[in-house]
Order: sequence, then structure tokens, then C-alpha cells
Amino acid sequence: MIETLKFLIFDNLIYILAIVIGVILTVAYLTYFERKVIAFMHARMGPNRVGPWGLLQPFADVLKLLTKEIIFPKNANKFLFLIAPIITLATAFAAWAVVPFQDGWVLADINAGLVYVLAMTSLGVYGVIIAGWASNSKYALLGALRSAAQIVSYEIAMGFALVGVLVAAGTLNLSDIVRAQEGGIVNWYVWPLFPLFIIYYISGVAETNRAPFDVAEGESEIVAGFHVEYSGAAFALFFLGEYANMIIISALTAIMFLGGWFSPFPGDSWIAQPSIFWFLAKTSIFLYAFFWFRASLPRYRYDQIMRLGWKVFIPITIVWIMVVAVMKVYHIGPWWN
Amino acid sequence: MIISPELFQQIIFYVFATFTVGSAMAVVSVKNTIYSALFLVLCFFNTAVLWLLIEAEFLAITLVLVYVGAVMVLFLFVVMMLDVKQLKASQLKQSYTKAALLIAAAMLVELMMLFAYKLSGQIPTNELVRQEQGYSNVAEVGMELFTKYVYPFEIAAVILLVAIVAAIMLTMRKRDGNKQMDAAKQININPAERMRVVSMPAEKGQSQVHEQNRGEDS
Repeated sequence: MIETLKFLIFDNLIYILAIVIGVILTVAYLTYFERKVIAFMHARMGPNRVGPWGLLQPFADVLKLLTKEIIFPKNANKFLFLIAPIITLATAFAAWAVVPFQDGWVLADINAGLVYVLAMTSLGVYGVIIAGWASNSKYALLGALRSAAQIVSYEIAMGFALVGVLVAAGTLNLSDIVRAQEGGIVNWYVWPLFPLFIIYYISGVAETNRAPFDVAEGESEIVAGFHVEYSGAAFALFFLGEYANMIIISALTAIMFLGGWFSPFPGDSWIAQPSIFWFLAKTSIFLYAFFWFRASLPRYRYDQIMRLGWKVFIPITIVWIMVVAVMKVYHIGPWWN
Repeated sequence: MIISPELFQQIIFYVFATFTVGSAMAVVSVKNTIYSALFLVLCFFNTAVLWLLIEAEFLAITLVLVYVGAVMVLFLFVVMMLDVKQLKASQLKQSYTKAALLIAAAMLVELMMLFAYKLSGQIPTNELVRQEQGYSNVAEVGMELFTKYVYPFEIAAVILLVAIVAAIMLTMRKRDGNKQMDAAKQININPAERMRVVSMPAEKGQSQVHEQNRGEDS
């Protein structure tokens, strides 16, 4: 009895710390990577002054943000103003609890993992709404409303895409979803669920308010959206939350459609072994795509965003869920033999 | 001090039950409507934790997903857009307090009668039936819904669909002069009809002009 409690508290604390520190460090270097990638696409140099090849730039940025003053706007609601970035960050980190990094490497192997992830990512919108309202600024409120409408809309398409995965795998447990894709690159769900894969990833980009769906920030119209009044460490938390959400979207796409920790190569050689390396590599591809979109696509118009979410994605997902169900019932190979 | 898991669970239950009741009271007692909505969110969260304690994890997470993640977001949306004046204490007192108290008292008595007399035999008194590890109540809920309760489930789904369609039809008004964009038309345009590419000889670059000027100066 005491042993279980001790296990619950101490071992889990160590795992949680490992995941959180890992995510924070990844976020730090993700910002560096983003600036380098976009600079490369723009034929610029990118950060190259702090440390060798600019590798210490993220730490310089963090120190700068932490030492800056947090300014409260006039008549802002102080409690909500401070709690909004915390909500954004906490929900972004909480979703990591059910992500399987490798077979058995998961903090909480719960049966309703997929629903849990969807619930946690949908809670992130509270940080945005509360920040926009508590700032007592019209730009922040407009940005928050834009962002909230966008997140709520794309969550439906995202949820339906997840239903497709659920039908295909027959389970909500993320580890079991990966295990259902065992047996080589053709067994991955990216092939039978291809439209859902595309829709899930694009909805993920919209959900994290990244370009080309970044009307919530829209610097030319509403300056910076919901976090326009934030400075210093509070702004850093929003930043951290946004990037942690990007990583989780990429990781989930890798888990649900690209077979998580499984290797794309057949055979018995070292390169064909399933490992965390493959999971991280697949996640990185999607993270790179985030920056690729940002560097190459112009911002969508707001009505186009809504049209894409409601009139294009949702009908396609509903039709494809039916297709997947039929394929599963008739045991179409190689996925459902 | 040694805490047994049972006691630990009891403590968790009472802490979250207190929060549930407290936040539910706060929903109706705070004057700021935004706070009211946020307290309702807190109340849903604590209820979800209570459900987790009786091993209904699917229902608990769905509660958070549907009510907190979707319904309350729309509530907050509306509350923020409305210009609600904060009521003064005197206004609150005189309005419906007496009637509200009467209804609340009647409901309390009804509930007590229901649970103390009618249903007292049906309330399980023994320990909660614990399932072994690996038991998935997601599959159980799905099975029950689509076999035993399939007609009520489908009827509820149809009612929800009708409500969605009705809500959209009620708010959608066609009026004259309403400018709407037709995406198909926008996509199917022919660039050749709208713009002309003109080829013209390259002009001399600005920097070369500077070079020449400098040469003349020196």
C-alpha cells in the first residue's frame, strides 16, 4: 500500500520532470530551428551571434524575457490576466501525459487516451479567451474572439479525424493505436486514412494559430491579437504554450498516422528496430512543415478559414469515417486482415 | 504519519466535493458574469474528478471535452459580447429572492423524500465494484449504447440534429444587398481576363547611376 503511494508520487514526479524539461528544451531549440529554417528560405543568415552558430540564442531570448517587467494594463483584471498564460501552458503540458514515446514509455497509459488529448488541447482556448478579456484592450479581445472561433471550428474536424483513427484501430489507447500499425510502412494508417491525415494536420496548424491560419495574431490588423498586452515572463509562457502545442500536434500525427515508434524499413537489421528515434524523427518532419508553411504561405482571409473548416473538412471527414468503417468490416488488407 | 490508500481516496473525494459545491454556489452568487461562467467551468472540472474516483474515466474526460471544451467556450463568448450591467445588492434583494427560496426549499424536500424513502433500498451500501487493471469502460459504454439503448440514443441524436438545423435556419436571414462571396466563382477565374503581362526593356539599375555620378565627381 505504502509502496504504491510512494511509486505514485516519486516515480511519476521524475517522469513528469523528464517530460516537461524535455519539452521546454525542445521548445527552446525549436525557436532557433524555426528562425534558421525561415532565414534559409528567405536567403538570410538567421541568428548567428550568440554562441557558436548562434546556438545560445534561445537562452539569450529566455533571459531577456524573464528579466523584463510584466506590465499590467489599466483596469485589467489582474488575477485573470496572470492566470491566462498559466492555463495555456498547463493544458499544453498536460496533454503530454498520455503520449507514448516508445513501447511502454508512457506516463499514463489510460484507455481513453485519445479523448483525453482532445479534451486537453481544447482547453487551451480558455487561456486565449481569458487573456483577451482580462487585458481590457479592444485588440486583445478581437484577437481572442477570432482565435476562439477558429479553435472551436477546427476542433470538430480534428475530432472527426480522430474518430476515423478510433474506428480503424478499435481502441482509444494511444499505445494500442501504434501497436495496431505494426508490420512495416504499408501498415501505417496514413494510407487508408490519407484524407483524415491531411485534415488532422491542417486542423492542427489552425488549432495552434500558426501561419497561414494566424489571423488571431494578424500583426497588420490587430497588432498581435490576444497577447498584445503581455510582456516579459507572462508573454514567454504564451510562447512556450504555443510551441508545446505545435510539438504535441506533430507527435500525435506521428503516433496516429505514421506508426509512432515503428521503423519504416523492413528486415531485421539495426535500422529496422522500433525505437524512440523513429518517433522523434517523424515528429520532426511535421515540426519542419510548420515552419515551411510559415515561410511560404500568405495568411488566409478569415471567411476562407471558416469555409475551409466547416464546409470542406467536416463533410470530408464524415464521408471518410464511413469509408473506413466499410473497409474495416470487409477486412480490407493489409490493415484489417 | 501513514496514510492508507482508502483514506487518501476519502481525502481526495472530500476536497473535490467541497470544491464542487463551493464553485456551484459561487456560480449563482458572484456578481461578475465572466466569473460566474468560469466558476461553472471549475465546477465541471471537480465533478469530472469525482467521476474519475468511481472509475468512470471515459465519462469524466467526455464531460471536460464537451462541456468545458465546447459548451462553456460558447457561453464565455456570448457573455463577453453582451454588455451586462453589474447588479447592485439592493436590486438583487427585492426581485425574486422569496420565490427562489421557496422553490429551492421545495426541491430540497422533494429530493430528501426521494432518496430517504423511495430509493433508499436501491442505493448501494457496499463497496464500489472495482474492475481489474486493463478493464476498458469505453468499450462497455459503446456496447451498451449501441445494443441495449440504441433507440433512445438514436432519438437523442436526431433531436440534436434537428436543433442544430433549426438554430441555423432561425438565425440565417436572406436580405437584399447582402454581399456574399462565392468561393467556386473566385477560384474559377481566368487570370488572362483580368490582367495583362507587359514586357518592357530593363531599366538601368539605380546603383549603376550612382557609380557613374561618383565617377564624374572625382
